[in-house]
Amino acid sequence: MQLHRSALEGDRLALARLLTEIENDTQAGQEALNAVFKRTGKAHLVGVTGAPGTGKSSLVNQLAQYYRKPPTGEQPRRVGIVAVDPSSPFTGGAVLGDRIRMRELSGDNGVFIRSMATRGSLGGLAAATAGVVQALDAAGYDLIFIETVGSGQVEVEVAKLAHTVLVVDAPGMGDDVQAIKAGILEIADILVLNKADRPGVESAERALLGMLKLGHPTKRVVHHGLAGEVPAADAELAAANEWIPPIRRTIATEGQGIPELAAAIAGHRLHLERSGDWQRRDLARLQNEVEDLLRSQLMERWRDQVDERVYNSVMEEMLGRKLSPRQAAAALLNGRKAS
Amino acid sequence: MPQKKTRADGKRIRVLVAKPGLDGHDRGAKVIARALRDAGMEVIYTGLRQTPEMIAEAALQEDVDAVGLSILSGAHMALVPRVIQLLRSNGQDKVRVFLGGIIPDEDVPKLKELGVAGIYGPGSHTQKIIDDIRNAVGQAA
Repeated sequence: MQLHRSALEGDRLALARLLTEIENDTQAGQEALNAVFKRTGKAHLVGVTGAPGTGKSSLVNQLAQYYRKPPTGEQPRRVGIVAVDPSSPFTGGAVLGDRIRMRELSGDNGVFIRSMATRGSLGGLAAATAGVVQALDAAGYDLIFIETVGSGQVEVEVAKLAHTVLVVDAPGMGDDVQAIKAGILEIADILVLNKADRPGVESAERALLGMLKLGHPTKRVVHHGLAGEVPAADAELAAANEWIPPIRRTIATEGQGIPELAAAIAGHRLHLERSGDWQRRDLARLQNEVEDLLRSQLMERWRDQVDERVYNSVMEEMLGRKLSPRQAAAALLNGRKAS
Repeated sequence: MPQKKTRADGKRIRVLVAKPGLDGHDRGAKVIARALRDAGMEVIYTGLRQTPEMIAEAALQEDVDAVGLSILSGAHMALVPRVIQLLRSNGQDKVRVFLGGIIPDEDVPKLKELGVAGIYGPGSHTQKIIDDIRNAVGQAA
């Protein structure tokens, strides 16, 4: 299979076709992932999540442009973007519309955008997203944005995949009870308050700050009341033992607040490297992937050896309320003889 | 017995739906995008005012099976050949191109000769378009 070699050498069509093989979980795709794995681990993976319509795609568009034309003295980064949108649970079809907001990135060979449908996965990503990200990493994209589906409260898979998670919020998305619920806000490394020119931005920021304070009661120093509270300088944040998610206001459609957001992302990366969290997250991510694979392969192995008559008789006993589901599972696992 | 997951289920027809040129009427393109979605395809929708270069680049990165262009401005004889040429020079010879919009009858033979797989004016049935795409990419369902 030459596809992955060409892809790693910079052939963009080969890379696109490789991503299709990975997405379809073909044998060729699986073998290519095995072959390229040793070249992965260099990219900074940045997850971008948040409710539908908060401006995730616009924000990714602006950040990518920033990293392509960084302030003087910095090298442009090669940017990969994986944008996930939902598949229909009924037809399996999907409309993937994240590129609409990314038209400015067209014509730049240092950017590669791939849209993915969830194909039945819950959690905000597709099953093959991790593999697609690995291929982009191996192909030399050193900054990879992973944009989830518009997420509600429990689509937190991206936290297992990314090094740095941006949770995007916007004014008017709900009262402050939303901010203390468990779930998506807990996974934020950086909170982005987009559409900061909209009314209600002050109260939205207050709600997010309140939530952060509850999570880190002694760490945050209040300087001049809530409105004037300035998050610690990014370097200072990075040096601390504990990372306190900073809040950054942005207006993605105008590019406002993007350099400040990029500084926070750089600060978080520095923190990960200094604290050892980079390796810890890498390990946790790979462990998670191995466990997923083990789960499906063990299931398949069990399926291959289970006696169909045993299976049917256990199901019958369960339907007759003689066995609970837990007892049925135990009976099947312990290989009960056909009765 | 529990069903085995079959790998072949993974493959989906991927279609890029784009509006090249300057006219701003994208209702037709959205109707098509929705119809293809309901037919189980994955539609990458790029929105208005796309250049042929943008369309070819998106088709490449997304590794699509087909490209649907919607043109109402009358610029199809300039835009469509350019898109097809770019797709070919990128190595995507197998990507089939479909065209919708206001296309005068006398242009149809020329466009077909250029390699356009199907042309659909007002009143076309979405089912016909779906069937044509499935047949053209060799995946009749």
